[in-house]
Amino acid sequence: MFRSHILVCGGTGCTSGNSMKIYDALVARIQKEGLENEVHVTKTGCFGLCALGPIMIVYPEGAFYSQVKVEDVDEIIDEHIIKGRIVTRLLYKETVADDGSIKALNDTNFYKKQHRVALRNCGVINPEKIDEYIAYDGYEALGKVLTEMSPQDVIDEISRSGLRGRGGAGFPTGRKWQFAKNSPGNKKYVCCNADEGDPGAFMDRSILEGDPHAVIEAMAIAAYAIGSDQGYIYVRAEYPIAVQRLTIAIKQAREYGLLGKNIFGSGFNFDLDIRLGAGAFVCGEETALMTSIEGHRGEPRPRPPFPAVKGLFGKPTILNNVETYANIPQIILKGADWFASMGTEKSRGTKVFALGGKIHNTGLVEIPMGTTMREIIYDIGGGCPNGKKFKAAQTGGPSGGCIPAHLIDTPIDYDNLIAIGSMMGSGGLIVMDEDNCMVDIAKFFLEFTVDESCGKCTACRIGTKRLYEMLCKVTDGTATMEDLDKMEELCYYIKENSLCGLGQTAPNPVLSTLHYFRDEYEAHVRDKRCPAGVCKKLLRYQIVADKCKGCTLCARNCPVGAISGTVKEPHVIDPNKCIKCGVCMDKCKFGAVIKA
Amino acid sequence: MAKKIDVPFNGTKKQEAKLREAIAEIKVEHKGQGLMIAALQRAQDIYGYLPEAVQQIIADELGVSLAEVYGVATFYAQFSLYPKGQYKIGVCLGTACYVKGSGDVYKKVCDTLHIEGGQCTDDLKFSLDATRCIGCCGLAPVMTINDDVYGKVTPDEVEGILAKYRD
Repeated sequence: MFRSHILVCGGTGCTSGNSMKIYDALVARIQKEGLENEVHVTKTGCFGLCALGPIMIVYPEGAFYSQVKVEDVDEIIDEHIIKGRIVTRLLYKETVADDGSIKALNDTNFYKKQHRVALRNCGVINPEKIDEYIAYDGYEALGKVLTEMSPQDVIDEISRSGLRGRGGAGFPTGRKWQFAKNSPGNKKYVCCNADEGDPGAFMDRSILEGDPHAVIEAMAIAAYAIGSDQGYIYVRAEYPIAVQRLTIAIKQAREYGLLGKNIFGSGFNFDLDIRLGAGAFVCGEETALMTSIEGHRGEPRPRPPFPAVKGLFGKPTILNNVETYANIPQIILKGADWFASMGTEKSRGTKVFALGGKIHNTGLVEIPMGTTMREIIYDIGGGCPNGKKFKAAQTGGPSGGCIPAHLIDTPIDYDNLIAIGSMMGSGGLIVMDEDNCMVDIAKFFLEFTVDESCGKCTACRIGTKRLYEMLCKVTDGTATMEDLDKMEELCYYIKENSLCGLGQTAPNPVLSTLHYFRDEYEAHVRDKRCPAGVCKKLLRYQIVADKCKGCTLCARNCPVGAISGTVKEPHVIDPNKCIKCGVCMDKCKFGAVIKA
Repeated sequence: MAKKIDVPFNGTKKQEAKLREAIAEIKVEHKGQGLMIAALQRAQDIYGYLPEAVQQIIADELGVSLAEVYGVATFYAQFSLYPKGQYKIGVCLGTACYVKGSGDVYKKVCDTLHIEGGQCTDDLKFSLDATRCIGCCGLAPVMTINDDVYGKVTPDEVEGILAKYRD
């Protein structure tokens, strides 16, 4: 028995902030003090509150230390571990009650409204130790399935739960499994899509890093349900920690007989291999992903035949996303009714969102479906920093759209998001404030899709490029009002004439910003003005004569000599020379330089 | 367009033996199916990039045409046909970083080193790539140099950070 447990976050966010050096320093200090039999240090998966990383929690007190530095380790050991005095200066402020006592983490605003199903073990167990997963009911669902349920029972249970694919499109998982089960064939495959390509979503990675066995267990359950004996996890090579933990987890599962031949003595065989993606957004599309596992260029192919009939290596295949799988063991153990009791009528359960951008509490949140955007952004996320005004939230990444401030009370589920012109996507949720230009954001996503279009369909390959060029005209101030109409027309053309989801959804960021922020587009076109002050070509830096003291600081710092004026007299910027670098504005101590 | 550094290929016999051995291993691990991407990944680990001579070895070993290897190598962002710098700079242009201004950081790196994304400086010291989300959005905007991660970077800090890697 240990008297104290120290949990250090080993997710990518905290690791980037040196949490593994903190872990090493803690272990070294504890050994030096001879406390290794009293104090246990563990690295865990992601706690979710990435904004405050590196994070560690010390139990039994539940002290949640945030933004810890390697230099703080000695103080934590000397004060907290040896003397029993909590280091208050490092505590996450939300966890400190008015009387100075420590509040439970689940009582803080960030965690209060969350409901962790897919993330339940992240930040709780050591993902590199199978015994810890087993101690939290791990592999019990697989045992139950293999000893008490028929394959059809499993599919019925998943269907009844109402679980829909968490990768974005929201196809009912049970139905997908049923198709694959019904397909004739003695060789079938179970695949996991861990090619998280949405730039700004990292929930799948966090699950793989924090709870890899949940995915392995779920894939074994799926294999039993459809009659498969081989699985593949297709994971981004850019996720080294996730790949490493998955590799360890698969090895441990094999050693424990939870993967391999005759699992639980039931006669069921299943093994699992990792395939590393090589960086192509289109490989998140199911047929492209399978083509990539086969070793080719990851180009999508027409459906039908659907993968459930003819998938990987021409055999019936199911492909689910990481988060979808992470829900499966819980549904088997707690029952379909329990799962269906969460969420909305057509979107059951919870959804994990990666909250990022202009928001206080950047991180990973898991909320019941039907939670409103307002609750996510203000109650959980803490709103926009620096008192800025919330402008829009973007969901669904390059396939999704923007949700403007006036729709902030929309309950989040698959159907509501589609209805307002966005989509669930994999769960990236980027918050934007008044300083973000919506045309610029649309252009950002289009640049991404131009880059990532595989080139197979003309409408997507050339159409996205032309659309991008039109957006450049808007941000350069050279577009006409007709261009806006042409853009819209082109958007629909691309959607209708592309083979796969990438092309069909690529125009969404443009369509949704055109719909909700048309005035901003028009300001660029008509008034040659960027209301958010982002588009450089439309910016004019000016000096307000009343505020200028004539200190000459701006003129001395201007790299192109565009500012003139005499000492103690107001200065002037020559717009023809100005390169809009913004140095003058940064340097001015009197706020006399403005963007107009 | 992109200024690429063309250096003569100087792969060693030892590297070649290692690659052929790695491909043999992959054939066993993958049970003979879907070998190409894994082979290219191992080759890039060994050589650092994938020049034509290396692609030819893979084509020979897998019994496919050089064109097919080239087709796969040029499809995926991970593969580079040109050598990378001693210090590989990545600026995250994921959405979370972008809305917090990583585009300006990226531009500052370009201007400072006089290279564009995908390029390498003439002395092979630095190469620059725009990366997709690397998953530490709490630190946005993020810049990486080899294994070092720099969070909440402003354009003003770029020169100071790069200076640490110049001799």
